Amino acid sequence: MKVLALDASNRPLSIAVLEDRQILATTTTTTHQKHAQFLLPIIDGLMKDCGLKPADLDRVVVAYGPGSYTGIRIATATAKVLAFTLGIQLVGVSSLQTLALNFTRERQLISPMFDARNQNLFAGLYRIKDGKPTVVIPDQHVELSRWLTKLASYKDESIIGVGDADHFPDQLPANFTMAENLNKLPQAANLGLFGQTLPAVQDIDSFVPNYLRLTKAEADWQKLHPEEDSSSYVEKV
Amino acid sequence: MKRNLMMAFESSCDETSVAIIENGAKILSNVVATQIKSHKRFGGVVPEVASRHHIEEITICIRDAMQEANVTYDDLDAVAVTYGPGLVGALLIGVTAAKMVAWAHQLPLIPVNHLAGHIYAARFVEPIEFPALALVVSGGHTELVYMPKEGEFQIIGETRDDAAGEAYDKVGRVMGINYPAGPTVDAMAAKGNDTFDFPRAMDKDANYDFSFSGLKSAFINTYHHAEQVGNKLNHDDLATSFQNAVVDVLVDKTLRALKNYPVKQLILAGGVAANNGLRTRLSAAIDQLPATQLIMAPRKLCGDNAAMIGAAGYVLFKEGHFAGLDLNADPSLEFDWAPDVIQ
Ligand SMILES: Nc1ncnc2c1ncn2[C@@H]1O[C@H](COP(=O)(O)OP(=O)(O)OP(=O)(O)O)[C@@H](O)[C@H]1O
Ligand SMILES: [Mg+2]
Repeated sequence: MKVLALDASNRPLSIAVLEDRQILATTTTTTHQKHAQFLLPIIDGLMKDCGLKPADLDRVVVAYGPGSYTGIRIATATAKVLAFTLGIQLVGVSSLQTLALNFTRERQLISPMFDARNQNLFAGLYRIKDGKPTVVIPDQHVELSRWLTKLASYKDESIIGVGDADHFPDQLPANFTMAENLNKLPQAANLGLFGQTLPAVQDIDSFVPNYLRLTKAEADWQKLHPEEDSSSYVEKV
Repeated sequence: MKRNLMMAFESSCDETSVAIIENGAKILSNVVATQIKSHKRFGGVVPEVASRHHIEEITICIRDAMQEANVTYDDLDAVAVTYGPGLVGALLIGVTAAKMVAWAHQLPLIPVNHLAGHIYAARFVEPIEFPALALVVSGGHTELVYMPKEGEFQIIGETRDDAAGEAYDKVGRVMGINYPAGPTVDAMAAKGNDTFDFPRAMDKDANYDFSFSGLKSAFINTYHHAEQVGNKLNHDDLATSFQNAVVDVLVDKTLRALKNYPVKQLILAGGVAANNGLRTRLSAAIDQLPATQLIMAPRKLCGDNAAMIGAAGYVLFKEGHFAGLDLNADPSLEFDWAPDVIQ
């Protein structure tokens, strides 16, 4: 199976091309935030390095959120339209879980987190089981203080903080250790390996980023109109 | 000659649209998914909401457009896309989708200016002959564009503040009309009388620029003042008075521009080009200029759609004007000013 994997959820941009368990080529950059501009040239370059054409691909694996709305939308749109137009398989993986893929020590707890500003986070808690991160506390948009309360029951275990964990050096409890070096960055190669073990998306049309947060306008509206059916806001004319 | 088939994408604001166009002139399909119902809830387009809707609709629009046109990817020769101006997050969905279709099927990618698209909606009425002048009136723009030859667009005048469509939406809102208010205000204007005599801003100035914010303020002040003294104004008369003020200035300035820029064709395009008052008045006015033919974008192609992007894209295709895989959205893309205009 030939696989393209990509993560553009935040500032790092990571892309990999794999054939089954073999990583054919991968790059991870942290130099810019113009993912819309750089993503496809990098994909194209890696594919050419591997001697592959787009039509050779069998599956696209994408980190589809949470993260920067623009970042996850570019990655998700890229993967969604590519899978659709080539008629190949599509797999979405949590962008937080993608960071947890950097760790393999059995039973290790990992708390990937993205800074959502004003002391808010996108965060989840994962535990390595049979070599893979499994969900302990599901991904959520949460206040830092609330998140730390949720983690309190794991205070006797060490937790690896990854992602933007180092934005809160003085607020994280003592059982946190910070990921370092390459482990700090999402690795699309790991994403591509992990994504091969997952079932493909059934309905590509309805595949959208996992924002984990309503827009403010939408949230305010739903508060005022709890009964309203929101399924038909877009009409074909 | 083999026919050219282009897939075109448009997602600059609140419509997701995919079209299949033959030789830049024939619409095989033009699928438009509009988000108006969603943004109505908020009284205007909310950018993040728009971006989210675009990614929900994009593959559905591609599939429907191909099915309706009865084409496969092998039939396609190029992919065109609006890359600006517009909302950056909204544009990015069309741009990304177009890039992926082009890359996956090894097709040239054609970057289209949204306003060139609006102008080329007129191409579906008749071939454009040059030199031409376009009056583009939409939700975000009001400008006079001189086209000395195919593929060249030069601004000779534009609004200094609000766009005409924006002014329609704002005065409509004051009268309690949902976004987008243009069509409703237009319908009301047909029933009222011009009793308020609102200002015709910049009408006599020696340039081709427009201003609608003064008119909008005059309207709102009149309305609120009447409300305060418990006076109920006739909404149809308000609409007629507003519309006359807008149309007067648009028509006057366009006629004056035509004197300095004698052209074969005058093109009326953009969302507000659907306006009945404007269409009627411009049609009557153009009779004074027998050498100039008026082409009005078809009513159903005045608003945002991908068919117009395919028509404009075909011109670039013939010139071999292709984008690289690094194409990005350019939310503030603009035509250049004409070299002879002193701003
Ligand atoms: N019959 C009409 N009379 C007046 N205004 C109208 C009419 N029909 C539509 N409009 C206005 O046209 C505008 C929408 O046009 P369009 O879709 O071209 O704008 P846009 O795409 O938002 O802006 P732009 O093209 O400048 O980026 C709205 O402001 C709407 O109120
Ligand atoms: Mg428009």
